[in-house]
Amino acid sequence: MPNIILNKRKVLDYLGKEISDKELIEKIPMLGTDLSAVTDAEIDVEIFPNRPDMLSEEGFARALSSFLGIRTGLRRYAVKKSDYKSILEKDAVKIRPFVANAVVKGIEVDDYTVKSLMQMQEKLHTTQCRNRKKASIGLYDLDTITFPLTYKAVDSSFKFRPLGYDNEMTVKQILEEHPKGKAYGHLLAGPKYPIWIDSKKQVLSLPPIINSAETAVTEKTKNVFIDVTGTHKQTVEQTLNIVVAQLADMGGEIYEVKVNEISYPKLEPLSMEVDIADANRRLGLKLSGSEMAKLLAMMGHEARVKGDVLEVLYPAYRTDILHPVDLINDISIAYGYDNFKEEIPNVYTMGEESYEEILARKIAEVCVGFSFLECYNYHLTNVDEEFKKMNRKAEKYIELANAKNENYNIIRNSLLPGLMKVLSENKHYEYPQNIFEIGRVVFPDEKSENKAREELHLAVALCHKNADFSSIKAVAEAVARECGKKIDVVEEKDPAFIGGRCAAILLDGKKIGVMGEIHPLVLNNFDIELPVSALEIDIKPLGD
Amino acid sequence: MHKHEIKVLNALKDGKKRELCELSKITKLPEASVSYAISMLAEKKFVDIEEKELTEIKLSDEAREYIKKGFPERRLLNLIKEKEISLKQARKELGNEIQIALTWARKLNLATISSGKIKITATGRQFLKKSLPHEEMLFLISKGKIPKDKIKALKELEKRASLIELKKRKKLFAKITNAGLSVLKKGTREEVSQLNTEMIKTGKWKNLVFRKYDVKAEAGSIYPGKRHFVRQAEDYARKIWLEMGFKEMTGSLIQTAFWNFDALFTAQDHPVREMQDTFYVKGKGELPKKELVERVKRMHEEGGHGSKGWNYKWSADEAKKLVMRTHTTCLSAITLASLDIKKDLPAKYFAIGRCFRNETVDWSHSFEFNQFEGIVVDKNANFRHLLGYLKQFFKKMKLKARFRPAYFPYTYFSTEMEIFHPAQKQWIELGGAGIFRPEVVVPLLGEDIPVLAWGPGLDRIMMDYYKINDLRELYKNDIQKLRQSKKWLMG
Repeated sequence: MPNIILNKRKVLDYLGKEISDKELIEKIPMLGTDLSAVTDAEIDVEIFPNRPDMLSEEGFARALSSFLGIRTGLRRYAVKKSDYKSILEKDAVKIRPFVANAVVKGIEVDDYTVKSLMQMQEKLHTTQCRNRKKASIGLYDLDTITFPLTYKAVDSSFKFRPLGYDNEMTVKQILEEHPKGKAYGHLLAGPKYPIWIDSKKQVLSLPPIINSAETAVTEKTKNVFIDVTGTHKQTVEQTLNIVVAQLADMGGEIYEVKVNEISYPKLEPLSMEVDIADANRRLGLKLSGSEMAKLLAMMGHEARVKGDVLEVLYPAYRTDILHPVDLINDISIAYGYDNFKEEIPNVYTMGEESYEEILARKIAEVCVGFSFLECYNYHLTNVDEEFKKMNRKAEKYIELANAKNENYNIIRNSLLPGLMKVLSENKHYEYPQNIFEIGRVVFPDEKSENKAREELHLAVALCHKNADFSSIKAVAEAVARECGKKIDVVEEKDPAFIGGRCAAILLDGKKIGVMGEIHPLVLNNFDIELPVSALEIDIKPLGD
Repeated sequence: MHKHEIKVLNALKDGKKRELCELSKITKLPEASVSYAISMLAEKKFVDIEEKELTEIKLSDEAREYIKKGFPERRLLNLIKEKEISLKQARKELGNEIQIALTWARKLNLATISSGKIKITATGRQFLKKSLPHEEMLFLISKGKIPKDKIKALKELEKRASLIELKKRKKLFAKITNAGLSVLKKGTREEVSQLNTEMIKTGKWKNLVFRKYDVKAEAGSIYPGKRHFVRQAEDYARKIWLEMGFKEMTGSLIQTAFWNFDALFTAQDHPVREMQDTFYVKGKGELPKKELVERVKRMHEEGGHGSKGWNYKWSADEAKKLVMRTHTTCLSAITLASLDIKKDLPAKYFAIGRCFRNETVDWSHSFEFNQFEGIVVDKNANFRHLLGYLKQFFKKMKLKARFRPAYFPYTYFSTEMEIFHPAQKQWIELGGAGIFRPEVVVPLLGEDIPVLAWGPGLDRIMMDYYKINDLRELYKNDIQKLRQSKKWLMG
């Protein structure tokens, strides 16, 4: 979720009212934005991804002024007719299919304008534009370009001067050498590349990578041309709306651009009906239609009561309104989470613990009765710890595809290695160290939906100078006895244990575990200096 | 008085000063017992004690062998007493010890060597019938007699590496005092320390005095077996939900993206699904029954039931990817899909379980974390109920909680829960709650029934309770800390 730093003076100017820091600190979080800090000059907030329209001083102030009751209701943005035209050529549309344009004239520019526009553009790019994949924004100084504009496809040898460079570069060079080309080049597969070019052959940009140097927005720009291109129509149109609304709030007037005869931006408010009874049922409140309308106005909407429903007009830049519940959600925010009285309904249901947990707890009780100490390890580990150090073959385990940390890139299929690690890290403490763990282990299983099979295991490790086979066998027998079961044993070969001092634990003839004296080689691997006898059992069969 | 003390006191009643060893012999008690008895008697001022430092001589194994076999130079002397022999022959007879023999034979002028022959000297002959000074010394030491005038020879012998060791040792002497004598005269009564079966059965205890103990003396620490503190906290959370009538859900750690994301209306291009946030498992899983998949797919692509949907092409392949569950909310989705709304409602479920995210580890981030999950499926449920259940839980946890508006793709009335940290005097985020969106509920349940849902983290609550500042400590398994950790004392 993006954090943005807003110019506090600007926000207050837009609000048209002096608001104390105390009130800001109190109110901002209740609007559904996570406040990090308010300082003398700045407001540092985290905007949730459903509200990209708030990623600028203008957008933030717009929402806040409604919420604080300073200027409630729907903002209407007039779009003036114009002769601005963009022509989309088929070859370019094939590469990045959706395009929306607009012009905003007469914005009030100051030192902060360019910085603010850049921040908004960058935040929109990383959030709802999905790193420029779904949509990307280009802003240009209108006075440097001549309509009509053409969106066309060119070869990689096509040249223009990209922003931040003194000389012309080919598209190929830009993709290979320009920082933006390196960062976003993967979004263009080639061999053709889209460009914006005006009627005087001035290149505007290579979307979604970089603008040309000549058409860039500067501190002096008053009139702006906006283009948004992308792979997702709705995102492209909504992104344009967010940008245009911000520029209009900077004092600009919006002009349409006909993109292949379709007029943009589409800023007409959208409408949705909210069933008043349904809203009250979800909220747990008894609000009248007009009370709801007032609350909706505090969230920047316009609502009219029409019988049992509210007819709500909401701004075209509110990308998050998918369903009437989103408007009801806005009602709840305007009502104030603090004002809801919590209630526990008198609904009778019977509590029930999972059998797995009951079994685990009962067996843990037995182990605690033996004065064993319970350990708690990660499920993720690595081949070296899980198998190599145990002198076991690395097999029957599941590997992660993208682990950042190579020490934790497989899922454990045995608990014992974890206990051995605990012993190796606690050598400086008093012995005996008798420990246990109950936890899940995972094996590959082609037959199940998630290709995995989980078992709930108990592992016990006894570490002291007399730890031997019979002491661990006594534990195994006692655990089974406490569960009303009797185990059998048969000699087993497991390289983690000393040969001839290792046994499979059988229940009704089926192997449910292994136990024995840990092989000195394994003790050396873990740098443990006292003998260890240990067991590991699948505990589910003990409960059956 | 302890019976050992009585024995020692009796051994000293002639008034003579006696050493510990000697007392041990007289009383037939081990030295350690005598030493303890003496110190107890001294404390009661019945004896005076005196410590002296003595030099003790200890023979090495080599020295003992020399006493048996003779010194190497003596054995060499015997070899050459009749006639000279070659070096080679001497080496054959004396083996490794030839070097020592020759060194000392020359030093003491017992033999000469020239052109490979060893020949006895006049001095050598003198000593054929009489002991060398250090031979005699060693013999005396072995008999435990060291004449004072032979100290010089002793030093000589000490120089001869590894034969003897001179050790300084403290010796303890005790002498009875007047108070001790008068106690003996008055007659002493035996004190016992440990009551035993015989005393109890025979009634002998009636004539015994039990030694007074120092009740403030250190008893030594013992540590009980214990459940891990995380488990104790989990168990308490479990108990709270059970008491409120919730059924426990469990399920796999590995889930298909379908259950972890798609069923929860999380668009397939949502950043949370990216490789840098979510652990993917190699391979592909399988999707559940077709009708369900179709309903979820339609909701993503074109919406329905009042929703606009996400408007994109949904991919079954993407949904088949396997992930380490990023939240326990996938268990709620699975549970909802299994409910029969005609028979099973109202229903309340909870889960407590491990979740995963592809994070690098630091004090506040871990790639594994614990979450507690809850859903209430009830036609009449509303937002105030959601706040009610949660407030009740936090009350049981003795935590002050508040709820801020937030956003999650699968809920409305989304709220971020925060608990107040009294020490840090600040609110700490725990995680989210809300009511499942119709886009989640309708495909899974078939009808838009309110489903209250929450899934905050448990680890922060535990960190607070156990005063842990680093998440990694939950998994550290420091045995001493586990032994000393306080129990979860709620509930």
